[in-house]
Amino acid sequence: MLYDIWTVFWRDWVVLKHRMIKFILSRMVAPMLYLVAFGWGLGRSMSPIGGGSYIDFLVPGILALNSMNISFNSITPIHSERIYHKSLEEYLIAPIRPLAFIIGKILAAVLRGLISSVIIVALSYLFGANFTITPLFVFVLIINCIIFAEIGFCAAMTIHSYEDMGRFNTYILLPMSFLCGTFFATDKLPLVAKYFVELLPLTHTSYLLRNIGASRDFSLLSALVLGLYMGLFLLLCIWAMRKIKE
Amino acid sequence: MIKIEGLVKKYQHKNAKNKNEWKTVVNDLNLHIEPGEIFGLLGPNGAGKTTTIRMLTMLTQATAGEIVYNGLNVKHDQEAMKALIGVVPQQINFDQDLTVGENMELHARLHHMGKESRKQRIAELLEYVELSDRVNDNVRLLSGGMKRRLLIARALIHNPKILFLDEPTVALDPQVRRRIWDLIRRMHREDVTVLLTTHYIEEAENLCNRVAILNKGKLIALDTPKALCERVGRYVVEWDTLEERDFRFFMTREAAAEFAATVDAATTIRRSNLEDVFVELTGRKVNV
Repeated sequence: MLYDIWTVFWRDWVVLKHRMIKFILSRMVAPMLYLVAFGWGLGRSMSPIGGGSYIDFLVPGILALNSMNISFNSITPIHSERIYHKSLEEYLIAPIRPLAFIIGKILAAVLRGLISSVIIVALSYLFGANFTITPLFVFVLIINCIIFAEIGFCAAMTIHSYEDMGRFNTYILLPMSFLCGTFFATDKLPLVAKYFVELLPLTHTSYLLRNIGASRDFSLLSALVLGLYMGLFLLLCIWAMRKIKE
Repeated sequence: MIKIEGLVKKYQHKNAKNKNEWKTVVNDLNLHIEPGEIFGLLGPNGAGKTTTIRMLTMLTQATAGEIVYNGLNVKHDQEAMKALIGVVPQQINFDQDLTVGENMELHARLHHMGKESRKQRIAELLEYVELSDRVNDNVRLLSGGMKRRLLIARALIHNPKILFLDEPTVALDPQVRRRIWDLIRRMHREDVTVLLTTHYIEEAENLCNRVAILNKGKLIALDTPKALCERVGRYVVEWDTLEERDFRFFMTREAAAEFAATVDAATTIRRSNLEDVFVELTGRKVNV
């Protein structure tokens, strides 16, 4: 099982190695824009939030949304491997367990999510942000990557067309990127919207990263919510692997 | 080696009235394939050949029936069965982001081969299919014939005992096709059991010890190519009518000649072939 997980991970690592420079450069664009537009531009005219500057508030949110987007989008090429290139069949006819495939793919997406997070952390320090990175901070980032890699896996395994994959991004990831406590606190939302947004995993990642980064209390409830999402989506990944054989 | 009993595959689809209904693609298929045999599954497009291969290679779950390889049952021994089989799919399905060598290595790793044995085996097979100098090229850069050869090489890396080939020579020029036939014959000499699907009758006649003819998901004939030809008649008299080319089967050349003498048109007398069997059994031309 471990060897099979490593094989699946190895394939994604080989592809990443081919494109490492392009990957790093492309991952710098969106965070730079967020930091310039919301950190420098908008943030300078805003009053401090929770005792820190707006950029200190912003960086954990950018880390949360970026790790979400990167881990989701790193795993969704499985969709074209399944529908167009059929290269997924190479794994399906191999003597490996479906779970090894799922875990290997998720770990590769986590790696990409973490590399892009390192880039953001470096840029954020250059932009003058203050926050503390602890092992717990990294752990929450990893859990966030796992959850959205799992969601990406389920989407790639069940959605039939390329257009619908794009719609998934537009209708689900994009609104979450802006509303889940990333650029502003969820308290600013109307009550019903606030409760809804607080059910979503990205909101809890944003809160946890922000609190850990500012050396404030760690919310066990948020950690529990993330744990539940992680377990639930893993089960859905296993179900999706079974479904493609029907 | 391969035992298939009561195999059924049904798909849900929308009928002409836009209602969901079940379509039977493979209907109660029973086959026993001996070790070391080259076995052909023939049939027109949509006969159920690819669906059968997909069930046999565990890409699709059967609706009902048993699939057993060497005593291993698909219901509970899938991993062990997958280690026994090599698959050459109809669609070229390389990982587009990897090179020739990396695609081969991925396959070897997925079959748990050690570093040295996979290195040696990949080099040996690439040399065998004359692609050694393309090892570091991306697979997208290969021609259609090269990709087909590489597909076969990849399927052989882990020394499978059973090789499934789904339309292995479709859309290839005659030289490449004959070369792939040579590869398949070599597998046969090495005691690999080969199951291939084709709708090229010539391919089945050239390669297969036995053939099964499928039509609309049902097995309609199963025997050696020679016995099937003898079943419908060893000789064929062909002649042109105003509408089409007509033909009739005869057991002896004498009977064929006697009949030809009565036809008021130019006739041809020839030995029957598998295509004639197919036409006789299904009423349709193959490849139409």
